Amino acid sequence: MFSENSLLPIIAMLPFLGALVPGLMIRAGRNACASFTAIPTVLALVMLATLAPGVMEGTVYRAEIQWLPQLGLSAAFFLDGLGLLFAGMILGVGLLITLYARFYLSGKDPMGQFYTYLLLFQGAMLGIVLSDNILLLLIFWELTSLSSFLLIGYWKHLPEGRQGARMALTVTGAGGLAMIGGMLILGQIVGSYNLTDILAAGDQIKSSEWYAPALILILLGAFTKSAQFPFHFWLPHAMAAPTPVSAYLHSATMVKAGVFLMARMWPALAGTDLWFYIVASVGLITMVMGAVIALFKDDLKALLAFSTVSHLGLLTMLLGFGTPEAAIAAVFHIINHLTFKAALFMTAGIVDHETGTRDIKRLGGLAKLMPITAVIGTVAALSMAGFPLFNGFLSKEAMLHEAAHTTWYENPWIVGALATLGALFSVAYSLRFIVHVFAGPVRDDYPAKPHDPAFGMWAAPAFLCVFVIAIGVAPFLATPVVKMAAEAVTGQDLSFYLKIWHGVNTALLMSIAAIIGGVILLVLHRHLDRVWIAMPRPEAKAIFDRLIAATVDIMRAMTTALHHGAISRYLAIFVLVTVALGVIAFAGGAMGPATRDLTPIPPVVFIGWVLLMAAVAMVVIHHRVRFRALVVIGVIGLMISVGFVYLSAPDLALTQISVETVTILLLLLALHFLPKQTPVESGAGRRASDAALAVIAGVAVAALAFGFMMRDFSTISNFHLANSKSGGGGTNVVNVILVDFRGYDTYGEIIVLGIAGLCIYALMEALLNGPAGRKLRNADFGLDRSRDRHPLMMVVATRVMLPIALMVGVYIFLRGHNQPGGGFVAGLIFSIALLMQYMASGFAWTTRRQKFEYHALIGFGVVIAGLTGVGSWLAGRPFLTSNFGYFEIPPIEKFELATALLFDLGVFLCVLGAVMLMLYSLSRLARHAGETVNNEPMEYDPSSAVRAPSAPGKGA
Amino acid sequence: MEILVASAIGALTAGGVYLILRLRAFAVILGLALLSYAVNIFLFSTGRLAVNKPPVLDGYTVTDFAAYTDPLPQALVLTAIVISFGMTAVLVMFALGAYLEAGDDRIDMDAPDQRGHTAAAADAQDPGTDGLKFSFESKERDA
Repeated sequence: MFSENSLLPIIAMLPFLGALVPGLMIRAGRNACASFTAIPTVLALVMLATLAPGVMEGTVYRAEIQWLPQLGLSAAFFLDGLGLLFAGMILGVGLLITLYARFYLSGKDPMGQFYTYLLLFQGAMLGIVLSDNILLLLIFWELTSLSSFLLIGYWKHLPEGRQGARMALTVTGAGGLAMIGGMLILGQIVGSYNLTDILAAGDQIKSSEWYAPALILILLGAFTKSAQFPFHFWLPHAMAAPTPVSAYLHSATMVKAGVFLMARMWPALAGTDLWFYIVASVGLITMVMGAVIALFKDDLKALLAFSTVSHLGLLTMLLGFGTPEAAIAAVFHIINHLTFKAALFMTAGIVDHETGTRDIKRLGGLAKLMPITAVIGTVAALSMAGFPLFNGFLSKEAMLHEAAHTTWYENPWIVGALATLGALFSVAYSLRFIVHVFAGPVRDDYPAKPHDPAFGMWAAPAFLCVFVIAIGVAPFLATPVVKMAAEAVTGQDLSFYLKIWHGVNTALLMSIAAIIGGVILLVLHRHLDRVWIAMPRPEAKAIFDRLIAATVDIMRAMTTALHHGAISRYLAIFVLVTVALGVIAFAGGAMGPATRDLTPIPPVVFIGWVLLMAAVAMVVIHHRVRFRALVVIGVIGLMISVGFVYLSAPDLALTQISVETVTILLLLLALHFLPKQTPVESGAGRRASDAALAVIAGVAVAALAFGFMMRDFSTISNFHLANSKSGGGGTNVVNVILVDFRGYDTYGEIIVLGIAGLCIYALMEALLNGPAGRKLRNADFGLDRSRDRHPLMMVVATRVMLPIALMVGVYIFLRGHNQPGGGFVAGLIFSIALLMQYMASGFAWTTRRQKFEYHALIGFGVVIAGLTGVGSWLAGRPFLTSNFGYFEIPPIEKFELATALLFDLGVFLCVLGAVMLMLYSLSRLARHAGETVNNEPMEYDPSSAVRAPSAPGKGA
Repeated sequence: MEILVASAIGALTAGGVYLILRLRAFAVILGLALLSYAVNIFLFSTGRLAVNKPPVLDGYTVTDFAAYTDPLPQALVLTAIVISFGMTAVLVMFALGAYLEAGDDRIDMDAPDQRGHTAAAADAQDPGTDGLKFSFESKERDA
């Protein structure tokens, strides 16, 4: 079913989809590339146009795609008057810029890239103005920062471009982060992240105690984006971008995003004293300051940049007034500023393009050489100055009217006076743009021969100038659009008419004063300029650079202090911080009284404890003698296994003892290649402090464990006990938990284990093929070795034991569901049985007889376990739901089969594969290190009377 | 009983922490092994200590929950034991690789200005590297 609402997400997505096209189409030529860039924009404009009549009548279109509604996350779009106005501006100017850029960019610039960035940016901007969800809005907001970074830094070879791009990203990005905080607070106050809900809850927001922080954070975002004082400095530096970018981002769209946000949030946030004093004051300061600086800039684009800062200040101030009339003026000025400023930027670009310079001091007299450009520039600049019959006059008049009627801290005239001052400077720099560039005698020292550009280049600014004059002469044409947007901003019904002549009133007098003053200023410009240059002024870029450098220095100092390459230091810091956190937590929360009694200590347990403690002490004391430490570690593992047996954990005991065996084997193998001694490297002081830290950590953990064991708390364990047999079909609850209740966890764990095995295998491959492998082949193991490397007794014993050990493994595996045992333990037992063969009969002998690959075992294990889980889908149950039944095959007793057994088989295979792959990889080192290789069943063949050679031969 | 278990956990932790603060890979591996023990026992002890109450049911329905110890921590620890073996193995592999590539098994990076000095000194007098002497002239193995 077609619904107009569904157009909204399509409009928002179109530029993003279109962004793929220019990069591809550039091969078809520059005209094709530009045309294809225009297509998504035109399409979006057409769709917007179909919705426009409805919006004009007051319909608000909505579309929502739910994502995580529980978290308030959804892709929600809506279109009202304000959104329509901005979307129209973004797409319309985007189209003009596409045309202009086609002629502006030189053959050396990668045009496909430019258009891709441009469309990305356009999409992000559209997203901001169409979002109905503030979280979505935030994403688009950050996207504009990112895409504008790409656009500003488009000329990568220019350092100014790169620096300007970084500065813009830093400032607007930081503001965006602040805004995220503000928006989240807002969402918390209202209980919804939907813009519509937030706008409707204005009173609730303003009365909340969180209003001030939310407001300030959101305004930080808006002010940085819209280059308001004191964040205005990035905008002039962003002028290093190509002129189409400046015209698009820095006059029409991106810098207006902040203004848009303030307008959008107007019903929710505006109208309080706080809002008035922050927003209106900042706007006023920015307006005056921007206008003053603009007059003294010699670079055409810098002049326009500061004028933009000034006009954005004007808009901010109007929104700050918080009255519906001011909002009308703001909306009207948004439209007017867009038309004349974009035209001016494009004019500046044409001048730069044709004369080769943007320096006003080197220009002049262009009216005769470039008449068309001069007309366009003059019309737009007069509008910027606020001369009657141009659209800038109307909104400036409205602004002055509002300013004259605003009281600031009980002072009725200061706002009006400062606004007039701003207007005065505005007249001065606008006239300077005309007089110093186009008027005057023709010069003969332009870097290039100026003449009017091709039609395609001046078409876009000329088109905008049509609006400048049309609105200026017949303002009633703009009335419906302004009314639509202003009503959307204020949320009220407004009735007004825009007209040129309001009679002789304060605003008109202020306007006349501004024009006269502006002309005088321009006449005096030469003298004023000298004073200005002599005057000390803060240089924003230098301050910004120093700030960044200082931040970098602090961070670097912190990093080098904490992170200077010594892992022992990180570990010490980590332990210390963890203990400190524990102490803070302990001190903060009241610990309940102990609720359990101590259990008695039988003597035999005490002996075990003494053994364990002694072993720990020995490992620590003798850790330098590595072999000894390894042996004693085995004692610890053994004592822990015994402890598990005593404390009713037979499964753990089985696992611990088999893992212990495998670990010791692994470490022995590794120790073969590692140094056998640890040298004394740290001094007594270091050792003492480490020991102190260790003791603190030990005491803390012991206290924590003791505190834990002495208190009761509620657990979910009884559920497992109660449902183990009835739901999982097994009486060994631990095993049932592993393969059934928490099967998902186990599945993840065997995958981790498999990955660890593969990791080791891959590392070993890389190692053996790298320099280590070469070193190893040439290594000389200066160790005494046993002549009898494969003792007969051991060979025979292990071979006899192999089938028995495997049988034990199978038995442990099968009984696992009901008695202690299971896939994990069985896998380990199988591994040990195989490892014994490796040890006794040698690597080569065993490998030759091994008919399967360990990688494959891991794979099969994971697949079998996974398929078992998937199998429950066939029965319409969730992943890994187990099923079981009882079967009777005549000669055998009735027995049980559960799908969990199949899952356990997967676990078994995976454990076996991973453990074997790890040890197998390590023992491959030995072969590379020139070990003798033994392929025969026995090194010494007892059936032959001839003695084997006493020195084993090398090679296979 | 609780005191013994808690003190054992504490001792294992202290030993482990001391060893991971040493400067050689093997000591760190030993330390991590001790820490794994400590963590596993700690997790296990959160199920409270019980003697002669293994979580293996002797009937179809459970009537007396107090007759069995808490099975949940046991299940968690069981996989933790196996995983910690995997972790130890990966670490051992790293240590071996680093040792074979760099010629010593220090874990800390030296400050850049000392590196040349210590690497040369390590080969000459460091008892820690005596296990493996490298000679770089090619010594072809017979195939």
